[in-house]
Amino acid sequence: MGKYLRLAFILILALLTGYGVLVTVAELPPYGADTNLTYNQVSERYINGALEDTGVPNMVTAIVLDYRAYDTMFETIVLFTAVIAVLITLKGAQEEGDRK
Amino acid sequence: MKDFVLRRVVALLLPFIQMFGIYVIMHGHTSPGGAFAGGMVVGLGVIGFSTVFGIEQGKTKMPEHVTTITESYGTLWYILMGLVGIFKGLPFLANKLAVDVGVPGELTSGGLIGLIGVGVGIRVASTMVTLFFTMMEEEA
Repeated sequence: MGKYLRLAFILILALLTGYGVLVTVAELPPYGADTNLTYNQVSERYINGALEDTGVPNMVTAIVLDYRAYDTMFETIVLFTAVIAVLITLKGAQEEGDRK
Repeated sequence: MKDFVLRRVVALLLPFIQMFGIYVIMHGHTSPGGAFAGGMVVGLGVIGFSTVFGIEQGKTKMPEHVTTITESYGTLWYILMGLVGIFKGLPFLANKLAVDVGVPGELTSGGLIGLIGVGVGIRVASTMVTLFFTMMEEEA
């Protein structure tokens, strides 16, 4: 009996989650419409103001290292973390092998 | 690898590859490319040299105590550049407000962007080399 109760609970939970997902999808703006919120003044501002704001002709660098400087900073921290993870995994295993 | 032609060509090309990578890092803000691409070129130059001449020979080009320093201080240099804004009473990583950005198109223009780019380039190059050496050592 407990098994069936658990299955029924899981089914209800799955249906509720599916309902929530479907409602969210129905509320999304139409794909590719020019009235969408993502087509706002930000890209226009970057294209027109990058040279004046940063003094850099390369717009990609202007966005990556000035407008989105926080993002790039944490990207370098991600690289640091990746190297630490590889070093711990491989070098640690080597030293353990040496001890044996 | 013992092929004579390969060894000669790689040995002759290495300085030019490194020079091109450093050029791409330094001119990331005035021409196409950037710190990530330039650091990748520098790192891949050393990696190509090590694949032909062997890991031991490659490690003399970029020893472990050098990569330790570059690994540690690449990100710290970035954060230090961000603190320039704080010392001037402005937001973290402020660029135009904190320093003079100069004439667009010159090497010294862009304020902190060029300096940050050098840090990111060193960081990417040393990451590539460290990952390569560590994984090749594991295999050997």
